[in-house]
Amino acid sequence: MSRSVSLIAAALLLASPALAQDKVAVRKSPPRNYGVGQAATPAQIAGWDIDVRPDGQGAPPGKGSVKDGEKVYLEKCAACHGEFGESAGRWPQLAQGKGTLASHDPVKTVGSYFPYLSSVFDYIRRAMPFGDAQSLSNDELYAVVAFVLNLNDIVDDKFVLSKETWSRVKMPNENGFYDDDREKSEKAFWNSRPCMTDCRPPVKITGHAAVIDVTPEDKTPRKGGVE
Amino acid sequence: MTDSNDDTRTSRRRFLTGAAGLAAAGAAGAARAENPKNLPPNVADWSKHLGDGVAVRPYGHPSKFEKDVIRRDVQWLTASRESSVSFTPLHELDGIITPNGLCFERHHSGIAEIDPDDYRLILHGLVDRPLIFTLENLKRLPRVNRIYFLECAANSGMEWRGAQLNGCQYTHGMIHTVQYTGVPLKLLLEQAGVKATGKWLLVEGGDASGLDRSLPLSKALDDCLVAYRQNGEMLRPEQGYPVRLVVPGWQGNIWIKWLRRIEVGDQPWYTREETAKYTDLMENGKARKFTFVMDAKSVITSPSPQAPIRRKGFQVISGLAWSGRGKIKRVDVSLDGGRNWRTARIDGPVLDKCCVRFYAEAEWNGEPWLLQSRAMDETGYTQPSKDALRKIRGVNSIYHNNGIQTWALKANGEVENVEVG
Repeated sequence: MSRSVSLIAAALLLASPALAQDKVAVRKSPPRNYGVGQAATPAQIAGWDIDVRPDGQGAPPGKGSVKDGEKVYLEKCAACHGEFGESAGRWPQLAQGKGTLASHDPVKTVGSYFPYLSSVFDYIRRAMPFGDAQSLSNDELYAVVAFVLNLNDIVDDKFVLSKETWSRVKMPNENGFYDDDREKSEKAFWNSRPCMTDCRPPVKITGHAAVIDVTPEDKTPRKGGVE
Repeated sequence: MTDSNDDTRTSRRRFLTGAAGLAAAGAAGAARAENPKNLPPNVADWSKHLGDGVAVRPYGHPSKFEKDVIRRDVQWLTASRESSVSFTPLHELDGIITPNGLCFERHHSGIAEIDPDDYRLILHGLVDRPLIFTLENLKRLPRVNRIYFLECAANSGMEWRGAQLNGCQYTHGMIHTVQYTGVPLKLLLEQAGVKATGKWLLVEGGDASGLDRSLPLSKALDDCLVAYRQNGEMLRPEQGYPVRLVVPGWQGNIWIKWLRRIEVGDQPWYTREETAKYTDLMENGKARKFTFVMDAKSVITSPSPQAPIRRKGFQVISGLAWSGRGKIKRVDVSLDGGRNWRTARIDGPVLDKCCVRFYAEAEWNGEPWLLQSRAMDETGYTQPSKDALRKIRGVNSIYHNNGIQTWALKANGEVENVEVG
């Protein structure tokens, strides 16, 4: 019996032991309404519904210019992300990195990696400034996103971001992603008869974690007791 | 941990210049000395005197002698502890269940402390009846109990370019396995009535990161749970108290903690967490997206760098294996770096999308071992070598490193994380 069917059967068992004996009846019966939970009002939903999609669905009213965004950014973002989005310390870098994705040292930023305007807008709207989430006004939000786009040379200095100008923003790496293809590209890993004996030539150690020595001191006993 | 992964190498250099030698100093000498006064023929202290009475420890803790069995973090990985990760001490555990207090943590804006009376879950979007649930509402609905592993997609992510962290707590500790009690997500969706156009869900957390991910409706209807208990008790705050999403077999990032909202839509949202993060960058600069499933993987937890061998002679080699595609079918163990393999013994339950515990017994007399384990799941997928993975993916993907781990056992019983070729 599949799990989903068994779940329904379990649910019905609680309500009606007689029905649960009959699997066919279980499958055909409409989902039970338990009368649990209240109707969510439009006002309740509106207060929490802050997601934005690539096509701009969900974007709030408001607008903000690159110029206004610079003020917000310098006041609320630059301490971690750097004045030019270069990152201060270990916080995420927001700008530069163009042309590095195929290199040995890829730098993933809004300009080099994010595929959609919404991916950055939605994130800042819900999670930034770090530790003071959802504190920006809609106009500040539009402005600071416009400024981050400008840091990445995606919009010019005069740009004003709003629902109306949303679709004009084209992110450079929009086509940089493709759907999970492991079942094709890694098909060779489906091998239920792996080699068991003499599978490879003698093995050499080519790298040591202890030599790199970045493991934290953690009081676990690492020395073997064997003389 | 991935928020500042780009900076890993520079941070490591800084760490090295600042703290060289510390690790070596701290690693030594943790073996405890015996006290002959407690050993036969003498009568031990605890055999003479009264101990604590009942309810002196109203919520029990492990023995004080187990105080080093704890989650640990790697501070150079991230810029702050509020957006960081701590690791499960796999080398100290056996069986398959992770004790609640040892389950690894991954937060994006710290731990939300939610008053259960003020907890609300809103379910809306392409539904017939938008609903809001209290915790009490959820607890009134029919519930199920399921044991699943939860693995962060970035588990072993620091090892793509070679052996780096010396201990399975750090290389593989972003995984835990507990029994969840909760309501099938399907049942909740049925209460609201999903419209025919509904294809994806946005699932969102109530912490200050509001972590949001797109979940295909098909998975939601298959085996996802809206859970409020782990191992019988209410979820720990670190694990999303009072309610988290359970997405069996899929990357941990989508198991939304502190679940506050589910919106039904007709397409994915492409949020930051499924674009800028949790996408797998390949060598050609293109990235795989929506790589939800965790591939079959295993690790030997003992012996391992934090669990060295103390005596020559008979040894029990022990480890964990898991697959996001179903049940584990078999685990093989090698002592010579993958030249020759033997099939390990699995002991305990073998469940869908759950860890299994495996054992292999062997005599050891000081010879150098290169220990490896190799998991196979019921779909026939067999855990690949790290080199086989790198050949396809390069070394920039951060996520989904399920390659075979090698531990080198030295003559003195010490174990080291090594790379073999």
